[in-house]
Amino acid sequence: MPFIPHTETDVREMLAAIGAPSIDALFEEIPAALRIKSLDGIPEALTEMETGRLMQQRASRDGRPLNFLGAGAYEHHIPAAVWAIVTRGEFYSAYTPYQAEASQGTLQLLYEYQSMMASLTAMQVSNASLYDGASALAEACLMAVRAHRKSKSARILVPAAVNPTYLEVARAITEGQNLKFDVLPYDAPSGTLGTSSLDAYKGQDITAVVVQQPNFFGLLEDVDAITDWAAANNALLIAVVNPLSLALLKPPGEWGTKGADIVVGDGQPFGVPLSSGGPYFGFMTTKLEHVRQMPGRIIGRTVDLDGKPGFTLTLQAREQHIRRSKATSNICTNQGLLVTAATIHMSLLGSAGLEKVAAASQTQTSALVAALTRIKGVKLAFSGPRFHEAVLQLDRKVSDVLDALAKRGIVGGYDLSRQYPDLGNALLVCATETRTDEDIAQYAKILGEVLK
Amino acid sequence: MSSIPSNLKYLDSHEWARVESDGTVTIGISDHAQGALGDLVFVEVPEVGRALTKGGAAAVVESVKAASDVYSPVSGQVIANNSEALSATPELVNSDPYGQGWLFKVKPSNSGELSSLLDAKAYEKVVEEAGH
Repeated sequence: MPFIPHTETDVREMLAAIGAPSIDALFEEIPAALRIKSLDGIPEALTEMETGRLMQQRASRDGRPLNFLGAGAYEHHIPAAVWAIVTRGEFYSAYTPYQAEASQGTLQLLYEYQSMMASLTAMQVSNASLYDGASALAEACLMAVRAHRKSKSARILVPAAVNPTYLEVARAITEGQNLKFDVLPYDAPSGTLGTSSLDAYKGQDITAVVVQQPNFFGLLEDVDAITDWAAANNALLIAVVNPLSLALLKPPGEWGTKGADIVVGDGQPFGVPLSSGGPYFGFMTTKLEHVRQMPGRIIGRTVDLDGKPGFTLTLQAREQHIRRSKATSNICTNQGLLVTAATIHMSLLGSAGLEKVAAASQTQTSALVAALTRIKGVKLAFSGPRFHEAVLQLDRKVSDVLDALAKRGIVGGYDLSRQYPDLGNALLVCATETRTDEDIAQYAKILGEVLK
Repeated sequence: MSSIPSNLKYLDSHEWARVESDGTVTIGISDHAQGALGDLVFVEVPEVGRALTKGGAAAVVESVKAASDVYSPVSGQVIANNSEALSATPELVNSDPYGQGWLFKVKPSNSGELSSLLDAKAYEKVVEEAGH
């Protein structure tokens, strides 16, 4: 069934009514040089049957390996009820309905999502989601430049132990907007950011400092000290967090004396399957004082003429349909369906359930590290506190080891050597609550054989 | 009929400018503008020290139904703004647009620009035409 409601006759009649010769003529103000004639690399449309076949082929290529890969996307148990509820007709639309009079259920769900994220991060406001964690960081950097009106440098300090893909995406999205990203090295022995790397920037005009907790190596940064450094040096603090870790760790709103200014991350750990890499969704929360610079939609709770509670879009003057080119961004709530899953997931687990998942993941990762480091040729790279991921150093090339493991049905982790050559043969491993003691024993046995 | 004080100068985009005795210029939006926008919920004023150019966007006023840029009637440097009062009570722009609802003050770099602004009579015509 086509979802384009206009027939060719409709289009012809509308063009005739406004006196335009063709649809293309409506776009004449865009210079020809800027218009893309054809989308190379985008194949012809497939039928539903062909698409289904292609997706099945690709899924079977992934197989059902035993997975110890994290690095930003995590295999957690999703209660069967989550997607059974999400796919009910009342929720099953990827798009935010704008009409408050017709969409109270969806708007209430988004409002509850925002309340949960604000509470989890200990911040005052949340938007209704962004595309993913990486683009959320890009949006946070742009937002910081708008919000920090006293800073003129648009310079952002980013530790090297922030997810390197996030930084790459942030650079790509903000290209042409004159942001400067200064990458700060981590301290070699600890794998975390020392305030001495920050002190090199003391007294300079810095717009924002980014810190990821836990960092890309799974290690816990000294977020209180870094947040206080940012405040003392008149920079905003952007926190990138794994939302699940907040069931155990101090929330960004309570870091240091003033807390983080903007908190972003990927919501995938909450009810979103790995699905070969996406779609996931990004989240963003902030302090009330920055809300007018926040991108994305925000749902508010209000009362109607009779005093009854209701939900509606709020603070719309930030958005493109009112502010046009000066809008805070062109983000809407594309990821609505995934947010619906996350909201149901969080409400089913509750805070006690999330804490159990986080603690079980942490326990299983410790067991994994203990089992793997007993193997000759495997060492733990950093000894500091961490959350459910760890860097191991191997005695040979990581990609060869991962290939050998894959042949035996194991996804062994993330090869850090391409993005962090100074770490040597470094492998990032992860075990969530879904990895049993038997799974871990199986990995250790096969890795021992591979490294023999 | 909205109030249009005769001692002020105006832009056809509905800003007013008052030349003070020390030569600085105080800027706000007209009674007509505040009425057209409706209840203001947020005002963003330029930072002290910022250099403005005549006709350039300097402030933003946001009401329950729209957000609009406020343009500077003169070029020069911002020497004061009313953010302290307006961040807590943006509705001052509605209740007292020519008094407590002022937005910012500029030290003009080219006082000749002042003569190109509309006087009350010319601005009244702009408002009348906008009403047609």
